[in-house]
Amino acid sequence: MNGELPNLTLVLPEIFLAVSAMLLLLFGVFQGEKSAERVSNLSVMVLIATAVLMLNSFGGERDVTFNGMFITDAFAVFVKMMVLAASAIALLISGKFLRDHKIARFEFPVLVLLATLGMFVMISANNLMSLYIGLELQSLSLYVLASMNRDRTRSSEAGLKYFVLGALSSGMLLYGVSMIYGFAGTTDFDLLQKTLRGAEGPHIGIVVGMVFLMVGLAFKVSAVPFHMWTPDVYEGSPTPVTAFFAAAPKVAALALMVRVLVGAFPGLIAEWQQVIIFISVASMLVGAFIALVQTNIKRLMAYSSIGHVGFALVGLATGTQAGIEALLIYIAIYITMTLGTFAAILTMRRGEGYVENIDDLAGLSTNNLPMAVAIAIFMFSLAGIPMLAGFWGKWYVFLEAVNVGLWPLALIGLITSVVSAYYYLRIIKIMFFDDAAEVFDGNHGRGVSLVVGVTAIVNSPVSYFLLIAPLVTAAHWAASSLLF
Amino acid sequence: MIEILPAIAFYMFAAVTVAAGVLVISAKNPVHSVLWLILAFFSAAGLFVLLGAEFLAMLLIIVYVGAVAVLFLFVVMMLNINYEELREGAFAYLPLGGLVAAVLVVEMVTLGAAWQFGPDVASNLASVAPAISDVENTKALGRVIYTDYIFIFQGAGMILLVAMIGAIVLTHRTRTGVKRQNVVKQNARRPEDAYALVDVEIGKGVTMPKKKG
Repeated sequence: MNGELPNLTLVLPEIFLAVSAMLLLLFGVFQGEKSAERVSNLSVMVLIATAVLMLNSFGGERDVTFNGMFITDAFAVFVKMMVLAASAIALLISGKFLRDHKIARFEFPVLVLLATLGMFVMISANNLMSLYIGLELQSLSLYVLASMNRDRTRSSEAGLKYFVLGALSSGMLLYGVSMIYGFAGTTDFDLLQKTLRGAEGPHIGIVVGMVFLMVGLAFKVSAVPFHMWTPDVYEGSPTPVTAFFAAAPKVAALALMVRVLVGAFPGLIAEWQQVIIFISVASMLVGAFIALVQTNIKRLMAYSSIGHVGFALVGLATGTQAGIEALLIYIAIYITMTLGTFAAILTMRRGEGYVENIDDLAGLSTNNLPMAVAIAIFMFSLAGIPMLAGFWGKWYVFLEAVNVGLWPLALIGLITSVVSAYYYLRIIKIMFFDDAAEVFDGNHGRGVSLVVGVTAIVNSPVSYFLLIAPLVTAAHWAASSLLF
Repeated sequence: MIEILPAIAFYMFAAVTVAAGVLVISAKNPVHSVLWLILAFFSAAGLFVLLGAEFLAMLLIIVYVGAVAVLFLFVVMMLNINYEELREGAFAYLPLGGLVAAVLVVEMVTLGAAWQFGPDVASNLASVAPAISDVENTKALGRVIYTDYIFIFQGAGMILLVAMIGAIVLTHRTRTGVKRQNVVKQNARRPEDAYALVDVEIGKGVTMPKKKG
């Protein structure tokens, strides 16, 4: 115990986010339900202001505060920027959908802000306790968001399923944490790293604890075999919420996984590498094969996201700095693809409401060529067709896997990419070659159009100069700040 | 004589805890179950006191007995659940459940036997908390919870805020036709707003004056 104040400048973005979320909540309560749109716009501004506040940590120096519980470094800055962008985009595309479903409430953006705060705490966790607090803050907000459309059975079901399974995974994670604490005597990542490096071979209890911890985290990134909740939750939740789920929390949880395994357990790499290889391969396979039979586009995207997590985890499985770089590049590209696709799904709107079947896209090219082209770009990019953004993500990940001798992983990745290309290309075929279905009414709001346009350009073949080149530099800067 | 007192106390509390635990799941009446649960909590609190963890004992009494158990009682009394039906067929699961429980016990014993501290563990532990003999644990907790662990403490506060928002978002409905008390309006009401004295002529009725507002 010491009487001095912790270094608060490092947590300035978090403090700002927390205070703004509470102020916006008060504002919403006093203004009533009609303030939903204004609170949403203000929340986007808060997210932008948070990004500006993070400029002062752009030096990327590694620094800890709050008794070593909170860490800032280049890795944290890089991932937090992605999370901020994903949250802001999810808010931008949500307005119209929520109003159409009469669930435009001011709590929605506030909960998104609080979930973002939780992700920030996760990303900057340097202690198993702050890890857990961040994870719960994020998850609890997400459970509520999933069941936001409470009068629809599907939405309530999604929220309940997510909550029950999430509680189970939290239980496993806590069990693992208590094992680690019991056998290592500390929850601090730096101390854990030192303790495990010093020991003459890791104690079995710590390994068991670490595996349980990984189970909890694998649930949050929806890696196989802990993916069962994903399709139902993605399908049942309101579409903008699904877009948010597929982007920001996934990035944060993957970053947390990297932070824990590389920051706290580098001494146990032989143990965690095999687990990561297993869940990575399983995720790639399930993501590719089960998606083949889906007819609902949100379910399809759920399996697609499971597959993409598998690809990203290949980078972590290598356990090298270049592998982490590849993972960071991959998830940055992944969020542009997935947010673009979900924004495009939000344009699937006819007089009677929103539709989500793949067949509803039939003949889109004759009705709305720009939109069909944009969706085609997303699909090509998700499939990893060369020269589009998605290809580069896979390129860097598989390259590093081959470099460290994990070529079977790269091979499985290639095979599953080819298999998954089938259902991405099928959507393109339906849009361009099938008989035209009824026209979408095009009344989907400006935010959605903007997001579709920007992400389509970013993913198009010019992406190498727009996105990939700066991303490679930034990812290198971020990954080199982790301890190796 | 004095030396065996703690041992007697331990066996008493431990036996009562286990017996109450068994009765919780075997009692036919759910209200009785909750009462046995309270006894189990209370005896467990006694065990904590014997361990020197008086703060945990206090928490157990205040939080679990005081709040959670009372909440349970409320739920049990409010919900009309047929527990007899729920209990039907429970014995069909006994062999499998017993097997799982046995495996768990064996695993735990193995783990306990294999338990050994690494070389750095003692020093890691020492950095966290003062020795138990120096200061009682309520004081020790009080010293660190708002200083070393303020980050966790505040984070937990944010989680509770989210829980509150969530509960309101998911359950609150604005109802129409609800009559609310408005104290200002009540106090501002004057006698002349409420009644009027009318001289009634014989043989004629009275037309009620129109209500104000």
